[in-house]
Amino acid sequence: MTRNNSIIAGLDWWTIFLFLGIALFGWLNIYGASYTFDQTSLFDLSNRAGKQFLWLGIACVLGLAVLFIEGKTYEVIAYLLYAGWLLVLLITPFLAHDTKGSLSWIDLGPLKFQPAELAKMITALALAKYMGRYDYRVRSWRDLLVPFLLLVVPAGIIMVWQRETGSALVFASLMIMFYRFGMSGYVISGGLSFALLFICSIRFGGVPLPWGEGNVGILLCYLILMAVVVGFAWIREQDWKQALVLVGIVALAYAAGLIINVWHTVNFNIVSLIALVIALAYFTAVVIYRRHFSLLMVTAYIAVSLVFCEACAMVFNKVLQPHQRTRIEVLLGLKDDPTGAGYNVNQSLIAIGSGQFTGKGFLKGTQTKLRFVPEQDTDFIFCTVGEEWGFIGSAGLLMAYLIFILRLIFIAERQRDNYSRIYAYCVASIFFFHLTINVGMVLGLLPVIGIPLPFFSYGGSSMISFTLLLAVLLRLDAERLNKLH
Amino acid sequence: MTNDPYSRRAYIISGAVVLVVMVFIIRLFWLQIIDQSQKQKADSNALLRQVIYPSRGLIYDRNGELLVFNQPIYEVTLIMQEMRHGFDTVAFCQCLGIDSLEFEQRIAAIKDKRKNRGFSTYTPQIFMAQLTKQDVASLRETSYKFSGAGIRKRTLRGYSYPYAAHILGSVGEVSQADIDRDDYYQAGDYSGRDGLERTYEQRLRGTKGVEIIMRDSRGRIQGSYHDGAEDVEAVTGTDLHLSLDIQLQALAEQMLQGKVGSVVAIEPATGEILALASSPTWNPEILVGKQRSAQYNRLLNDPSKPLINRATQAMYPPGSTFKTIQSVVCLQEGGITPNTKYPCSGPSTTPIKCTHHHGSPVSLLGAIEQSCNPYFYCAFRDMLQRDGFGNNNITFRKRYNLWRNDVLKFGLGQRFEGTDIGEQAGGAIPTERLFNRTYGEKGWKAVTIRSLSIGQGEVLATPLQLANQAATLANRGYYITPHLNTELTNDPSLRHETGMDTTWFSLTAQGMHLVMTNGTGRWYNIDSLQMCGKTGTAQNPHGKDHAIFIGFAPMDKPKIAVAVVVENAGFGATWAAPVASLMMEQYLTGTIRRKHIYNKMVNAVLEHPSEQQ
Repeated sequence: MTRNNSIIAGLDWWTIFLFLGIALFGWLNIYGASYTFDQTSLFDLSNRAGKQFLWLGIACVLGLAVLFIEGKTYEVIAYLLYAGWLLVLLITPFLAHDTKGSLSWIDLGPLKFQPAELAKMITALALAKYMGRYDYRVRSWRDLLVPFLLLVVPAGIIMVWQRETGSALVFASLMIMFYRFGMSGYVISGGLSFALLFICSIRFGGVPLPWGEGNVGILLCYLILMAVVVGFAWIREQDWKQALVLVGIVALAYAAGLIINVWHTVNFNIVSLIALVIALAYFTAVVIYRRHFSLLMVTAYIAVSLVFCEACAMVFNKVLQPHQRTRIEVLLGLKDDPTGAGYNVNQSLIAIGSGQFTGKGFLKGTQTKLRFVPEQDTDFIFCTVGEEWGFIGSAGLLMAYLIFILRLIFIAERQRDNYSRIYAYCVASIFFFHLTINVGMVLGLLPVIGIPLPFFSYGGSSMISFTLLLAVLLRLDAERLNKLH
Repeated sequence: MTNDPYSRRAYIISGAVVLVVMVFIIRLFWLQIIDQSQKQKADSNALLRQVIYPSRGLIYDRNGELLVFNQPIYEVTLIMQEMRHGFDTVAFCQCLGIDSLEFEQRIAAIKDKRKNRGFSTYTPQIFMAQLTKQDVASLRETSYKFSGAGIRKRTLRGYSYPYAAHILGSVGEVSQADIDRDDYYQAGDYSGRDGLERTYEQRLRGTKGVEIIMRDSRGRIQGSYHDGAEDVEAVTGTDLHLSLDIQLQALAEQMLQGKVGSVVAIEPATGEILALASSPTWNPEILVGKQRSAQYNRLLNDPSKPLINRATQAMYPPGSTFKTIQSVVCLQEGGITPNTKYPCSGPSTTPIKCTHHHGSPVSLLGAIEQSCNPYFYCAFRDMLQRDGFGNNNITFRKRYNLWRNDVLKFGLGQRFEGTDIGEQAGGAIPTERLFNRTYGEKGWKAVTIRSLSIGQGEVLATPLQLANQAATLANRGYYITPHLNTELTNDPSLRHETGMDTTWFSLTAQGMHLVMTNGTGRWYNIDSLQMCGKTGTAQNPHGKDHAIFIGFAPMDKPKIAVAVVVENAGFGATWAAPVASLMMEQYLTGTIRRKHIYNKMVNAVLEHPSEQQ
């Protein structure tokens, strides 16, 4: 009994209160989003708010049960659980019924369950076990090979086999944990920069330049790459003269291009390419002269990026099927889709905007009720908050999430063994990713990727999975006191 | 964890989290407090997007005759949310002529989210579809009594002629698989299910439009948004101009009445299909509207299998019509010369007997004219075994592959690529592997596979392939992949050369002309039309022989190539030749003078094994 007492004493009540607060506020908003003027009570199981309350109850009971399981147990069965769950992910499409083209939902009685949700927690446990070994250190990329595979395999199965892109992308968030434990920061910034280049080259690929020939998309890509070279010269090499020369090369090339353009039409994409290649050659020559060979990585990065930019346009126009192309174009706002994603975001912005400072009041929102968007109580739930609770409510909710995630990072940092600490970082990363993508989508800042807002969106499967994810962390954290010897 | 070199990174990560949340809060501040335009857009109004359906492209024949058009059809929709303001179910059912049980079932089907994914209580849901003007007349007069009910106009297909059902195909409701594959479709949409309607779905369907409607905070419709400035008009589908000649098509289908079989006519110079008929068939009108699924099931369960397009999907041994190819290939590969003669002793010839009586020895032209089996066996044998058998039979097998490749160049043994005929079978020209497996590498020679020489055994071809073979002979050595859309005609990738000498084709054409003047086709010849042809009678294990005919006319500058197959009819000369002959007459002269032959063909009813089950 004393053991259990010390567990209760060690529980992080901050996290628990934030979790309950967010979940209950979510429940109220689901009631608001699905409220139809003549609706019954908050607890009526025939409406979604009532069901959500039930899910929350079940999730709490399951979470409580997890709190009584010794943390060591997970470490022991982590790999077994991981292998078993891969099997579950593999057979899911055979049992699943098609939900909007994705084969990831299976029926468990009244609950529609998505094994991909729980896969995040199980992958996190496996990663924690592998990377938490006492002799494990990230010394080179080879040490990250196995963790990387542990992460990519379930993500790949979910993306390709279950056709559920949103859930698969969540796994990318675990890179944040890798970063904390020694992966080079260039990997994350490199990945983000490729995403940026892709968006630039496709989004503005069709926009012609106001002068000469060429398109804005490729020009932007070249300018971004140019900025990277100048940035390295200036900040890493601390050589502002070199940076100035690099900027000069580009300025000179454009000046020459503009002058020639008076008589003869110039393709400015080619001018930019020439400028970039000359600048890069100069930069590389200096780097070699100074024997700063690690900076050759920049040269390699630029070269790969150049190929990548070309490949983007090629793949996009030649390889992709027309309907796949349309989907991407709609995501990037190039095409207005009469019934699809663009419409949802537009309506979502109107709803949020109409909330003003204090909101229209609980159940008084009109936009969310008449929006005809099927996801208004799941992926787009945040716009109900914006409409009915205004800036105060929505900014307040974001602050609650911020404190929640910072608290998770704090918990992670106070762990004494790597196993718990890695798991805690996984949890924080997953919540952070969900928050960023979901709210970014509703606010029209990011493409529409359907993933739920943790503890908030309607859905038993995600509520239970997130709660379990958190409960395991709370138990591991509570045990830290026992480990004081 | 005292010496953790990366401890600084905890702050970087925390900083990133703070940064993202700050960006979101700034964005919220902008949307909710600074930018007032969102508020204005929202003021007491919500927008509803309603789909406007485009009308489907029309289909014309080669002479600009309208074949397929659109006719209006109505569907009754309900908005569940508005039905709460008083809805007289009994009167509503009376208007539509249904009982309350059916009403309940239909409502339940609408609310079933698994079947109806786009369900919302605020948007119009289809309650009954495919109603005629008369069906909705009484509802239209009293619709003000039923809040939430609406009548929407859609279009259905209509047909000017009761012909060409297999080619045109039909339009029906999209399946769940279509909706998943293509974002364009929603439940209840129509799309081409088979035939050309399916092949050209993308261009025929057009593009849906959108009408944006304003509604008040209770969901009632207030009018159009921005006076329709942001509406998108529907784009009508693109019309299709076919190479089909509907008169010729009608003649073909009339002559196939009461028989099982098919007729294909092609313009050799262009590869354009003039007629493509398969019997038994149906009137395309019966697969339209409410009756569609019942009629479709009836056709599906019919033992004579009318849904199969026999012209492109049924495979037959080509029988003696194959001798025209044998003639060209054996000349090309040096098995025979134009002067080669072989002896024939009629029915007592071995190993293949002759079914006709003629002089001996017989020349190539005489052999085609009289359809002499022994001649073509000998030519086939001498072609294959010209250089002996070689070590392990290798020389012989090489010659066999040479022969097979030549035969493939006539468009046999594989489906036509790049054409717009969706439903096709490939036919078969046996591979060396097949014989190696059956007889062993050394175990077979010309005599083993002798039935190939006269188009029996393992050779199979569809009527479309037979017509294309006739077109290749008519063109003296090349063909354009047969197609229905005239826009494909000038596609250079559809032209296929056989690469064989024109002389051999001319000689074979001469022989085919003799068939019509002196040989098995002479009863149905018209001298002035310079007809060329070849009859065939294909044995089959299920009943009487299939009657086959291929031909073209006129001999110089041919305008039409035809293939006819009548299943279980008997001699090609008796049942297939007259059909082909009338087709040529109709197309080349625009009329039919030989009414007695026409009447005999139209009225003849032949028994088919499928009816005896």
